[in-house]
Amino acid sequence: MSEENQEQTAGAAPSRRKVIGWGGAGLALGAAAAGGAVALAGDGEGTAPVADTGAAVPFHGPHQAGIATAVQDRLHFAAFDVKTKDRAELVQLLKDWTRAAERMTAGAEVGEGAYGGLPEAPPDDTGEALGLKPSRLTLTIGFGPTLFDGRFGLKDKRPGALVELPKFPGDNLDPARSGGDLCVQACADDPQVAVHAIRNLARIGFGKVAVRWSQLGFGKTSSTTPDAQTPRNLFGFKDGTRNIAGTETERLAKHVWVSGKDAAGAAAWMDGGSYLVARRIRMNVETWDRTPLGEQEDIFGRDKREGAPVGKAKEHDEPFLKAMKPDSHVRLAHPDTNGGATILRRGYSFTDGTDGLGRLDAGLFFLAYQKDVRTGFIPVQTSLGRADALNEYIQHVGSALFAVPPGVRDKDDWWGRALFS
Amino acid sequence: MRAVRFSVVTAAATAAALTAVTGCAEKSDAKGADGAVTVIAKDDSCEVSKKEFPAGHVTLAVENRGSKVTEVYVLHPDDRIVTERENIGPGTKATITAEIKAGDYTIACKPGMVGDGIRQQVKLTGAGAASAKRSPEMDAAVAAYRQYVQAQADATLPKVKVFTDAVRAGNIEAAKKAYAESRIGWERTEPVAESFGDIDPKVDVREDGLEEGQDPAKDWTGWHRLEKALWKDKKLGAAEKQLADTLDKDLADWVKRVGKAEITPTSMANGAKELLDEVATGKVTGEEERYSHTDLVDFKANVEGAQKSFDLLKPVATKNDPKLVAELDKQFASLNALLDKYRADKNSYVFTSYEKVGPPARKELSDGVNALAEPLSKLAAAVVK
Repeated sequence: MSEENQEQTAGAAPSRRKVIGWGGAGLALGAAAAGGAVALAGDGEGTAPVADTGAAVPFHGPHQAGIATAVQDRLHFAAFDVKTKDRAELVQLLKDWTRAAERMTAGAEVGEGAYGGLPEAPPDDTGEALGLKPSRLTLTIGFGPTLFDGRFGLKDKRPGALVELPKFPGDNLDPARSGGDLCVQACADDPQVAVHAIRNLARIGFGKVAVRWSQLGFGKTSSTTPDAQTPRNLFGFKDGTRNIAGTETERLAKHVWVSGKDAAGAAAWMDGGSYLVARRIRMNVETWDRTPLGEQEDIFGRDKREGAPVGKAKEHDEPFLKAMKPDSHVRLAHPDTNGGATILRRGYSFTDGTDGLGRLDAGLFFLAYQKDVRTGFIPVQTSLGRADALNEYIQHVGSALFAVPPGVRDKDDWWGRALFS
Repeated sequence: MRAVRFSVVTAAATAAALTAVTGCAEKSDAKGADGAVTVIAKDDSCEVSKKEFPAGHVTLAVENRGSKVTEVYVLHPDDRIVTERENIGPGTKATITAEIKAGDYTIACKPGMVGDGIRQQVKLTGAGAASAKRSPEMDAAVAAYRQYVQAQADATLPKVKVFTDAVRAGNIEAAKKAYAESRIGWERTEPVAESFGDIDPKVDVREDGLEEGQDPAKDWTGWHRLEKALWKDKKLGAAEKQLADTLDKDLADWVKRVGKAEITPTSMANGAKELLDEVATGKVTGEEERYSHTDLVDFKANVEGAQKSFDLLKPVATKNDPKLVAELDKQFASLNALLDKYRADKNSYVFTSYEKVGPPARKELSDGVNALAEPLSKLAAAVVK
C-alpha cells in the first residue's frame, strides 16, 4: 500500500524499489537510463552540476565521481584497515565493492536485494534505502600510505606524492581517528542513502577489511558550483569562496587531476586520479560565539553578511591581501601567500553530539583534493598552523591522506585495477 | 502485484528447501506448486489456504487484512508453540518458516494479540515426516549435536556444584576460581537453553536485564547475581547460599529438559550465528562479566559451541556452498588463534582478565568476530538450499 505511494511519488528519479521492480538485478542500470529518469551529470568528465537532488550521478568516467561533482548535502566517510594478508582476496573485494557501488549510485539494491530471497538467509542488502531516490550518491575510493607497506607487493607503486603528512603546529591527532589503508567517501543529498552505502560496503568487507574510523557530515561547507551560494561553516562564515568549480576544466587539470609527469614511474597508475587530505577539525563554537563581531571578521578577513574580503563589496571580489591582518585566515590560506597552492575543498560540518562538558562536539571535516599535497595542502596548512588567528578556536584532531585512483571506466573495470594489474 | 511475486518467490524457496531435504528424490515439482501456504488474518477470521500440506520445511505467507495488530501461531495439539510471529500490523505481510513434522496442528490468528485466537486445524502430511524427509546426513548432524548438547549439560552440573559448594561454604576465593569454568557448558550450548524461554532468565540474567518493578534483592537469581556478590560486594551471606541452591536446582531442570529440545539443521546453524551475536553484543563489550571480567572464557565457549554446530553441518553445507565452508574454516581458525593470545596454556580456560584488554585489542577481537559472524549468517541457507 505504502509501497505504491512511494513509487508514484518518486517523481523524476526512480526509487530504489522501482529500479529493482523493472528489471531485477542485471537490468537495473539500463532500466534507469532507458526510463530517462536520470539527470546525467553531463560531459563525460562527470563535472557538470546536477540540479535534481534525487537524480543519479554516473559512476563510470575517466575520473571518480565525488570530486568535481556538484557537492551534495550529506557525507558519510569511512577509513578501513585491510585485515586480510592475501592480495587476491583484497583485489576480489575491490571488484565486489565496485559492483556494489555501481548499483547503489544508480539507486539499486546491493546483490540480490533486501527481500524476496531465501527466508533462512539474511538479505544481501540491508534495506534502509528502499524507496529512496539515488540522491546523487557518489562513492569515491582512496588508498592510504600504509597500503604500500609491503603486505600486498605495492611498495614500488607508492607515488612520491603519497607522503607522510608532517606534524603541523597545533596538531593534536588521535591515532584512532587518523590514517587508514583504504577510504570511501560517500556523498548524497539524503543522509540515509550515504549511510546505507557505507554500511553495505563495510558489510561486504567483513573479514577482509574493518572500519578504522568513520565520520558523518551534515552540511556542506564548500561548493563546486560557481553560481551557487557558498555555504557557511559552523562559525557562520563563508570560506573557500574561490573554490575550484566542477566546470573549470583548466583549473581542475592544473590543480586537481594527476597527469603528465605526476603520473609517471611509481605513480603511473594515478593518471586521472587525485590526492585527498581528510582532517577532522574540532571547532570550539562556544568560545567563538562570545567573540565580538569585529574580531570575528578580522580573524577571517571577510565580512559576515556577504562574505566579501576586507575592503571589498562582494563575496567573489578579488581580495586585497595587504588590507587584511597578517594573521587573518583568508590571507594565510590564499594561493598568493603559498606559492600559488590551490586545492579543491569538499568539506562538511559535523556535530557528533556533545563532549561530556556540555559543549558541542562539532567542527569541520575538511576534505581537499589536489594533484600533489606537497604543493597543495602542505604549504597552506604550514602557513595556517603557524599563524592563523583562527587557531585559538580550532584544533586538528584527525588526519589522513589517500591516493584517489582514476575513475572506473565501464562495467568490466574496477576500483584500483591500474594499481593491482 | 507484490503478492503474486511474493508467493512465486516463496514457492520457489520452499521447493528448493524441500528438494534439499528430500535429497532430490521425489516429485519435487508437485511439491513446489503446493508449497505456498497463505494465511489471511482478519479481525473475525483466519483463512488458511490449505488444510493439508507436506511436512518438512514449511513457509507461511501471512497477510493481516484486519484493522488490529495480530499474531499468528502454529500450535501442537497440546497448545505447545511450534512457531509464532507477533506484532503483524494491519495491512502488512510476514513470513513464518519452520521445520515441522507430520501431524495435526492448529494455526491461530490473534487479532489484538489477546485471547485464544481464531483457530484452524491443519494436517501436515505423510512422507513429509521430518525424520523421513531429512537426508541421513542431516539426521546424523542433528543426532550428533543432540548428544553434544546433552554431554555439555551433564558435564556442567558437577562443575557448577564445585562453584555452589564453595559459595555455601562461604569460601570466596574458591568460588571465584570455580565461577567461569562452571559456565562453559552453558555458554557453548546457550541457544538451546534459550529455546525453553524460562531457564535463561533464572540462571544467566544480568542486573540490567531485570524488568521495571522487579527487585534485584528478591528477583535476581543465577550466576551473575553471585558474580556480583563475589567480586563487588565481596561477601557471601545466607541469601547467597540460598541462591547457590537455586542455581543447582534450575540447572538440574535444564539438564533434564535439554534432551527434549527441538533441534533441526536450521536451528543448529542459526544457533551458531546466535552464539556469535552473543559474543558481539555481550562479550566484546565486557558487559557479560562486568564484575569478574572473565568475558574471554565465555567468548571462547561461545565460539566452540558455534564451531561444533558448523563442523557437524559441514558435510551438508560443503555440497551446497563449498566456498562458504572454506571461508568459515579460515575465520574460525583465525579467531581461535587470536583468542589463544590471551591464554598461556592452550588446554586451559584461564584467560586474561578482560579489564586488561585495552581498546585497540578489543577492536581487534571485534573485527575477528565480525569476520566470522558475517559468513556464519549464511550457513543456514547453505544447509537448506
